[in-house]
Amino acid sequence: MPNYTFQLNGETVTVDAPADLPLLWALRDKLGVTGPKYGCGIDVCKACTSHLDGEAIRPCVTPTAEVAGREVTTIEGLADGDRLHPVQEAWLEQDVAQCGYCQPGQIMAAVALLRRTSDPTDAEIDEIQNVCRCGTYVRIREAIKAAAARM
Amino acid sequence: MTSLPDQAHPDRTLPGSTRPPGGEPTPTHSRRRFLTYLVAAPTLAVAAQVVADVAGPATARALPSLPAPAEVLDLGDVLILAGKPTEDLIVVSVDQRGRVGLALPRAEVGQGITTAVAMLLADELDVPLSSVDVTLADARPELVFNQLTGGSNTMRSVYGPVRRAAAVARARLLAAAALRWGTTPGALTVTDGVVSGPGGRSATYGELSAAAADRTLTVALAAPKPTAQQRVVGTPTNRVDARAMVTGQQRYTLDLDVVPGALPTMLRRPPTINGTVRSLDNEAQLRAMPGVVDVAVVRTGVAVLAETFGQARDAVAAVQATWGPGTVDGEDDASIRRTLRAATPPPLAPGLLVQTVDAEFDFAFVSHAPLEPNCAVAHVTADRAEIWSPLKSPIVAQETIAAELGLPVSRVTVHVVQGGGSFGRRLFSDAALEAARVSKATGRPVKLLWSRIDDMRHGRARAASHHRIRATHAAGDVLTFEHRVASVETDFGHGLGEILTSVAASLPVAGNLSFAQTVFLTTVHSPYHLGVTTQTLSEVPLQMHTGSWRSVYSANTRGAEEVVVDELAAATRRDPAEFRRRLLKEDRFRAVLDRVVQEGQWGRRMPRGTAQGLGFHAEYKGCTACLVEIDARDPQDPRVTRATIAVDVGRAVNPRGLEAQMLGGLTDAIGTTLRAGLHVVDGLPLEGSYSQFHYTRQADSPTDVRVFVVDSGEEPGGAGELGVPAAVGAIANAYARATGTRPRSFPIVFPVDFEPFPR
Ligand code: FES
Ligand code: FES
Repeated sequence: MPNYTFQLNGETVTVDAPADLPLLWALRDKLGVTGPKYGCGIDVCKACTSHLDGEAIRPCVTPTAEVAGREVTTIEGLADGDRLHPVQEAWLEQDVAQCGYCQPGQIMAAVALLRRTSDPTDAEIDEIQNVCRCGTYVRIREAIKAAAARM
Repeated sequence: MTSLPDQAHPDRTLPGSTRPPGGEPTPTHSRRRFLTYLVAAPTLAVAAQVVADVAGPATARALPSLPAPAEVLDLGDVLILAGKPTEDLIVVSVDQRGRVGLALPRAEVGQGITTAVAMLLADELDVPLSSVDVTLADARPELVFNQLTGGSNTMRSVYGPVRRAAAVARARLLAAAALRWGTTPGALTVTDGVVSGPGGRSATYGELSAAAADRTLTVALAAPKPTAQQRVVGTPTNRVDARAMVTGQQRYTLDLDVVPGALPTMLRRPPTINGTVRSLDNEAQLRAMPGVVDVAVVRTGVAVLAETFGQARDAVAAVQATWGPGTVDGEDDASIRRTLRAATPPPLAPGLLVQTVDAEFDFAFVSHAPLEPNCAVAHVTADRAEIWSPLKSPIVAQETIAAELGLPVSRVTVHVVQGGGSFGRRLFSDAALEAARVSKATGRPVKLLWSRIDDMRHGRARAASHHRIRATHAAGDVLTFEHRVASVETDFGHGLGEILTSVAASLPVAGNLSFAQTVFLTTVHSPYHLGVTTQTLSEVPLQMHTGSWRSVYSANTRGAEEVVVDELAAATRRDPAEFRRRLLKEDRFRAVLDRVVQEGQWGRRMPRGTAQGLGFHAEYKGCTACLVEIDARDPQDPRVTRATIAVDVGRAVNPRGLEAQMLGGLTDAIGTTLRAGLHVVDGLPLEGSYSQFHYTRQADSPTDVRVFVVDSGEEPGGAGELGVPAAVGAIANAYARATGTRPRSFPIVFPVDFEPFPR
């Protein structure tokens, strides 16, 4: 099997995987990075949302070969050590999470949105497709706005 | 674990707990005596037990005239009653670091119960919330009926026992300090887990825990703090597990690294519900695929074990098998609907001089679809088994798995893992059982994942139902209200049947009712005076994978009734808010209705194609009103734009968590009322992902939502399911007013707007 080397949450990692193995499973099953969650495997639920070179991707449909030499950030790599990212802080303040399963993906999607636009409108927030089966959307919206204000 | 009776005393603290001489018992649960136990442990560990509990809720109610059974004894009361003999086995411990611990025999799946229980402990023991660790207990068969998470019942059932045990633990810690310092406990105070006494002396709980565990210590009676003295309970509090969740550190079942070498495992399932595997036709080819480690045929399909889930998924897709038929192969939506209609009794003929409002409703199947799919880790060896899974009824899981494997129950360890949502789904242990089978068949530890497609098609769903409602009225008064429900059989085979049997003598229902009918009658009741009220359930025995879905029968049953209440108001020319106000049975019901009418500006002018709608619901000693505004200018693309909710569950342990539950209920109602359901074709649901099962997304969610918590009592009522039915009614009513239609089939917008995945 081929080896792929990439930056993962600030560290260089090498993984031995088939080229077309979805990154989600390279992360979870081979590298033990379990923050990105499986919810559908086909780019629908967005629970696995992570970043590739700073942009939101869905690792469940991203072949591992595609990230070679690039920089992958999962929820585990968002905080700066013990210092949480402002979006994570806003999530805590609004007490967003219920079961929490969608939240790594929601937070990574929100961070990517705030990178594109520092002051998102309701319509832009509506474009976030991430499913939250527990129904935390109201608090997610508030948290994104609070994080935008803080950043 | 050995225990030692420590003290016995009547609970003297709760107002209303005394029995007036010669009078009827008052309707609290506290007319009992309590025993507390010191549990043998290296640190202080205390449990509280109820003894001589002759007065269950069944006999302790002031009965309104002609109450529905659920108003006498609801399903939550049933669970409390059944769990009573073992509720003492909830143990509070204080260790030598001063940490307070409790292994909760319930499942956390997002409802925030570990936070709420930690709040009870922090309040009672005067320690910071950060000193409390609430974990989830493994299956404990000795708890019998007291380890089932359902019926919105966790806080109702543990509120007393947890606080009582904590109060005794605190009393022992104080007694130990008093003895050490030669003073009395009354002279001591506690702040943040530090006991202070005369002369500036102080000691931490950690320093006192060993002395407090000494059996020879004499302790005065201890009872939980009265409501007025609670400082943490009743205060909006953030989740104790929130940080783990936002940093990706929260470990769900398949994130666990508990069995070295446990292999990613998926199944290929038959093309119809309950189909069978006749033969696997390409085993050698599967075994040769990259990463595949093992293949096994089990009852529910063909299992593939691989190095990664990605490889297991590829191999599962390549399975060639010959399948046997399932249990509902010829069924589809139309045939099921016909069967349900045929099973719905006709309404009674109305009297001569009355007018009628008639309505029939259909509700589709609805997947539970928790975002974490069905999953389990299993390690089965020749003489024992160990299982990890999100399980709301772990004792039944343990018994079922033991029977399946031919092992004694004591050889099967079942760990309850915090789950990624449930909505009723985790009452069933089908993933755990399947994982155990695969582990046994292959002799390997497995990590089992159901694909999303399987979770929607072969997982469980709220049963489809048909409803016939007839109300009669004359001269502006409602005379009768009759509601006949027919539903596809709901599976209660997760232990509830045994629980109902155990308390059969106390149930307020008579006759030869099925479990489902008993559940129906102990959950559904009308909050209105609607004259002679009849609500019945008939079940159609189609063998599908069903299970109670947040609010069990009430989302459909009460949701439909709220629609008819609006139509009755129109028929008698009254405003829907005023009509409800006049007919609601209790003042606290009117209080939450008035709150949303006022805060939500009921009756304000709305542009054409948009409208307001109201809904109300009461269950499990709680009540809520919901006012929504909808934009249905395009009737095929409606959006709820605003929602105002008021909720009263009695004592709101964590108002912030309660608000989250109401937001969840609203979101469920938006999905299931407007767009989310399953189409059944040739014995299988078509929907296989959230792109097809249209559960609410951010773009469907209102931008303006306010929740008002009214704290009205001494004891908590049920909160987890309360929010759904009122919101279903409010949304349907708003849609009706905005579009000038009468919604009768739910979800309202329900086309097959996708290409189904192959079977
Ligand atoms: S698992 Fe990646 S989008 Fe659903
Ligand atoms: S918090 Fe449970 S799915 Fe979003």
